[in-house]
Amino acid sequence: MEGKTIMEASHAVSEAVKSVKPGVVAAYPITPQTHIVERISEFIANGEMDCEYIRVESEFGAISACLGASATGVRTYTSTAAQGLALMHEVLFIASGMRLPIGMTVANRALSAPINIWNDHQDSISARDCGWIQFYAETAQECYDLTIMQFRISEDKRVLLPSMVCLDGFTLTHLYEPVYILPQRKVDEFLPEYKPYHSILDPEQPLTLGPIGFPSHYMELRYSQVKALDDSINIIKEVFDEFSDSFPPEIENSRPERYYHVEDYKLDDAEIAFVAMGSVCGTIKVMVDRLRKKGERVGLLKLITYRPFPKNAIIDSLRGVKKVAVLEKAISPGGNGPVFDEIRSLFYDEMERPEIRDFIIGLGGRDVTFMHIKKIYDMVKNDKGEGLEWIF
Amino acid sequence: MAILGLPEEEYFSYGHRACAGCGAALAVRLITKAAGRNSIIVEPTGCIEVVSTPYPETAWKLPWVHGAFENAASIASGVTSALKHLGKEDVNVIVIAGDGATYDIGFGHLSGAFERGHNFTYICYDNEAYMNTGIQRSGATPYAASTTTTPSGKESIGKQEWKKDLVHILAAHGSRYVATASIGYQIDAYKKIKRAIETKGPTFVNLLATCPTGWRTDISKSIEIAKLAVDTGVFPLYEIVDGRHIVNRPKSIEELKPVEEYLRMQGRYRHLFRPERNEEAINFIQQRVKENLRSLLEHVEKGL
Ligand SMILES: Cc1ncc(C[n+]2csc(CCOP(=O)(O)OP(=O)(O)O)c2C)c(N)n1
Ligand SMILES: [Mg+2]
Repeated sequence: MEGKTIMEASHAVSEAVKSVKPGVVAAYPITPQTHIVERISEFIANGEMDCEYIRVESEFGAISACLGASATGVRTYTSTAAQGLALMHEVLFIASGMRLPIGMTVANRALSAPINIWNDHQDSISARDCGWIQFYAETAQECYDLTIMQFRISEDKRVLLPSMVCLDGFTLTHLYEPVYILPQRKVDEFLPEYKPYHSILDPEQPLTLGPIGFPSHYMELRYSQVKALDDSINIIKEVFDEFSDSFPPEIENSRPERYYHVEDYKLDDAEIAFVAMGSVCGTIKVMVDRLRKKGERVGLLKLITYRPFPKNAIIDSLRGVKKVAVLEKAISPGGNGPVFDEIRSLFYDEMERPEIRDFIIGLGGRDVTFMHIKKIYDMVKNDKGEGLEWIF
Repeated sequence: MAILGLPEEEYFSYGHRACAGCGAALAVRLITKAAGRNSIIVEPTGCIEVVSTPYPETAWKLPWVHGAFENAASIASGVTSALKHLGKEDVNVIVIAGDGATYDIGFGHLSGAFERGHNFTYICYDNEAYMNTGIQRSGATPYAASTTTTPSGKESIGKQEWKKDLVHILAAHGSRYVATASIGYQIDAYKKIKRAIETKGPTFVNLLATCPTGWRTDISKSIEIAKLAVDTGVFPLYEIVDGRHIVNRPKSIEELKPVEEYLRMQGRYRHLFRPERNEEAINFIQQRVKENLRSLLEHVEKGL
């Protein structure tokens, strides 16, 4: 497959995974991730991928097998959602602590209870502090592109950290959209054959991986890991730039003109800005256009990179905006929406601080419609409502 | 120090922090000698991991990886698959895991890896409790042993359940080689480990390893006790090769030494003898040990 086509976003991810040529895939099925791994299984069954696929007995097994494979020095991939990601939780920290550049796709889904297979961001947001790079995609094209880029970024020897590309369950995973699939030769140029820069298990050079770190050393090791994640902000930008230069958009509106940590949509003269991640940005963009037609000065800040948190990019984009509405599909119970908290704290040190408000939307697959967005806009514009609002 | 008749190379070197008389440390020496240089070791959390890898030091002269407590078999699955992808299938992949990691928390991973048939060897150094966290009971802890979570007392015999029969559970997965071994019989253990490694597919050895700290035994008696475990039939040595049983030792009910000889030497069974002798419990153990050996021997007779 190559060139322009129409396909499910899940299959766009599978196409990208095929083209990055992982040596080992280990995954366990969970709705709404299944289409991704089923298509990968077909590729392998048809001889289109030279890859060991481990049909593990659980997600805990999946991420652990990825740990073992990555530590042995091959490119490694997995995909999951919700309960699966929660089950992996312990090993997510271990993979980043061991600096293993595993690539993962998260098909965002709500967490139980009550059990719910539909979309929100609570699963990957709850994995925020696991030391992984996190990207959020709005479109099928972004899913495809980010999946290819995530390996370049994770495997960069200045980074060596695992990464997640997150896409909304059903609203994006099961959505058919136009996608441009790169020729394999181009992907190979962009992402050469895997050469591990991290320590690997090799009888020729026996190393001890995953030792015990006593209080005398633990903090330094944590520091170097966290610093690598902080510093990856620049390397992500480099890779985004190279990708954008090499592969300009082939399909209109399928992705940003140039990839960056954030995408500004009509923010230049905006007085009110929405902030959001993922597929809901599509709905918001249309609403922004409608409001602008009526003369409203409104725009959208879409976060693509969420970890590392793109502090400067956010401040630059929101500079001059008077009011900000953060729309998020996750909450820290007993606190606020996590994205809201972080964005508001960014502005503490700024001379000019916009008014920033938090709106919890679309939990457990609740539709987010134009009506909802309009309601939020009106509340913000007219100073109606409390600090933290649930938009049911 | 060389063990008589075994390769002199040491891949698990001195300087580790295991207790005096640690049976598991000896087990690891045996395993690594049998494995040789072309091997990758996967280790879950537990005593051996903790005593041998205090960053930035290591006692390991083989490539070694630790991830978590429960997932060694899955990590090994990833290692074997990666080696296959790299065309390096000649490398031995060996899990060396405690009984807690094996019988309990890592059981699902272990079962999954055996069902999938990865080419690796899983060796459980069985010290019959969670020693690293302070001697708590595991599925491998024997009946009546006093541990910190099954303490003996006025209302308690110690652990109330019999040891889980993991060896047969793994044989039922279709493994071509599973065996029991003891650090008391080192040549036997060495040969079994070697055979397990040389057999294709997932193979398993349950290697009994005395823990003087947890069993409350004399540090100079680790080998003697590990031998007695076998000779009393408490921990019989046997193999299941392609589904058929071979009993190595003891070979008959008649040659069994009384279990009491074994129990008496260990603080974890002290309550069976003091303040007064618990005849009922000792008899119960003796009977079950006999039944167990009888059942194993019957399997052999019937060619099962
Ligand atoms: C998920 C998880 N639960 C509990 C622990 C605490 N823990 C570490 S080692 C251990 C016991 C290990 O027992 P075993 O596998 O028998 O090895 P041993 O210490 O006896 O050598 C426990 C309970 C842990 N590290 N991880
Ligand atoms: Mg133990």
